Amino acid sequence: MTVESTAARKPRRSSKRASAAGKPQSSEPQLVQLLTPEGVRVEHPEYAIDLSADELRGLYRDMVLTRRFDGEATALQRQGELGLWASLLGQEAAQIGSGRALRDDDYVFPTYREHGVAWCRGVDPTNLLGMFRGVNHGGWDPSTNNFHLYTIVIGSQTLHATGYAMGVAKDGADSAVIAYFGDGASSQGDVAESFTFSAVYNAPVVFFCQNNQWAISEPTEKQTRVPLYQRAQGFGFPGVRVDGNDVLACLAVTRSALERARRGEGPTLVEAFTYRMGAHTTSDDPTKYRHDDERQAWEAKDPIQRLRTYLENEGHADAAFFTALDEESDALAKRVREAVRAMPDPEDMAMFDHIYADGHALVDEERAEFAAYQASFAEEGK
Amino acid sequence: MAAQKLPLAKALNESLRKALETDPKVLIMGEDVGKLGGVFRITDGLQKDFGEDRVIDTPLAESGIVGTAIGLALRGYRPVVEIQFDGFVFPAYDQIVTQLAKMHARALGKIKLPVVVRIPYGGGIGAVEHHSESPEALFAHVAGLKVVSPSNASDAYWMLQQAIQSDDPVIFFEPKRRYWDKGEVDTEAIPGPLHTARVAREGADLTLAAYGPMVKVCLEAAAAAQEEGKSIEVVDLRSMSPIDFDTIQTSVEKTRRLVVVHEAPVFYGSGAEVAARITERCFYHLEAPVLRVGGFHAPYPPARLEEEYLPGLDRVLDAVDRSLAY
Repeated sequence: MTVESTAARKPRRSSKRASAAGKPQSSEPQLVQLLTPEGVRVEHPEYAIDLSADELRGLYRDMVLTRRFDGEATALQRQGELGLWASLLGQEAAQIGSGRALRDDDYVFPTYREHGVAWCRGVDPTNLLGMFRGVNHGGWDPSTNNFHLYTIVIGSQTLHATGYAMGVAKDGADSAVIAYFGDGASSQGDVAESFTFSAVYNAPVVFFCQNNQWAISEPTEKQTRVPLYQRAQGFGFPGVRVDGNDVLACLAVTRSALERARRGEGPTLVEAFTYRMGAHTTSDDPTKYRHDDERQAWEAKDPIQRLRTYLENEGHADAAFFTALDEESDALAKRVREAVRAMPDPEDMAMFDHIYADGHALVDEERAEFAAYQASFAEEGK
Repeated sequence: MAAQKLPLAKALNESLRKALETDPKVLIMGEDVGKLGGVFRITDGLQKDFGEDRVIDTPLAESGIVGTAIGLALRGYRPVVEIQFDGFVFPAYDQIVTQLAKMHARALGKIKLPVVVRIPYGGGIGAVEHHSESPEALFAHVAGLKVVSPSNASDAYWMLQQAIQSDDPVIFFEPKRRYWDKGEVDTEAIPGPLHTARVAREGADLTLAAYGPMVKVCLEAAAAAQEEGKSIEVVDLRSMSPIDFDTIQTSVEKTRRLVVVHEAPVFYGSGAEVAARITERCFYHLEAPVLRVGGFHAPYPPARLEEEYLPGLDRVLDAVDRSLAY
């Protein structure tokens, strides 16, 4: 009998020990892993993947540029150029691995942190910054890159993904849909309802949960008493836990789940077991609720460093590649910084735009009143 | 079928049938809408004729119904979802308010959300808790939504199809206690715009403004008042968002008195909005303050008390008398 099961039989609710006993999800993760934290390639019986050196370098480049973009956005927030930023630091492998598993005709429903997935979809990263700068609430056309608007209300988008996937199936298309959410969102009713609907209708959707261990200040054990990937079983579809810091495993597992969806076999839950190295957002202070040693332990599993080690050890990338990538990163950061600073504030009257597709008498009336009010100042100024 | 007498419920059923026939992208979704045809039989026979792929029985999860409808709309479908009863819409309220209402604006108009949420609403049928409420103001308050309610079979038939054709989300409140009232439906007539009010009865002394289930009560009150020599005009708002203030204004400039009637609680209700706007627009025409008749600031009462809670003929006529006494 293990210590955990003993503790589970005799819960001591107020003690730290009892709380630790409620952590089965992190005690012995059954991770799908293809690249160890030391950068050693390993095989998994169900998830084979064979990538060329070019493809491996591509994944590395995606992760590096995404991290640089993210770091630049964090800096821009600190400099007062953005009102808020939700950093993905540490989650690059989960996002790039899953994002690169997608086909162009697949459709993505993100939360507000999927900057790496957006990158994979070809969304210009500067588009992601509008809402954080406060010039719009999204602003891009989701159908251009099949990348839906960021969703701030936790878990809502899993239902949109399910409905969209139901539509894909009705159309007889073999596209798949992917919904991103976090460990905190797994507690939301909408996520449970999306599991129910997708299972009942056999919808071609992949639920990609990035378990980054923290929902703002609440650890995963405040969300669940079972490992998250095991939730799927109760809804009647498979769940799999993947090393979320292993880009190869994330790619292989997501690709497999997408193919399953395309074959008409319904949804899959992928739990990418990863870590949010930074704060929840720039408004958050993680020093109040977690220890430095936890972060240090995860830094040893860094998704970018492990792929770099592998690339170097295998001779898949030379110094020139890394130098060129550094330069490309700098150029990206510069472009992002300049684009944010040049981003114009919206016109005053923009708040009345696009509220309705077919118009609305009250909006028309209030727009006219406000325009007249604004114009009265211009007249005064003459 | 041209002009014929139909119960309001059957008019809705015919309207949905027409919409399904006309546009292959139209879907019906909800709890029990398939084989049962809905608890009020509004979708009766539709699954049999259009199949389970078009008329979809859903799990019992309102947020899921609206949330998946949003996804289907993003894929190019036009879902018409049924919420079984007014008080059951609240699990879906988050999806309606934070997602459905705002997505078009968030995409700067690049995407459209043609979703209709049908809600049988209001009391008077002796139901249990959560089956008799009138939450329309909660939806009308939210920018991005349109809110309408037919009061008769003809409007039920036409307004529902117009709501389905709209590229905006429409909350379609069905006056459930009028489901069995018959009215003339001309399926070949050319309907007026969805958000235009209608003068249901001409009069000279006072305007009663109402919508949905209360239009009938107001028409009865006007007929009763006629016997006492009072000439009452009745305006059926039809749309609570937007509200056609022009038609009300025209009526009030003629009659100089306005009483607004609805089942929902008066406090913060749509009557307050009408009263405020019409007072602003018609201040120098009014002979009396705009009065409101409606539900109380109390949870909808048990069925044995609902006749006291709901505005009936006497409470409407009392308000008419109070207005005329100024």
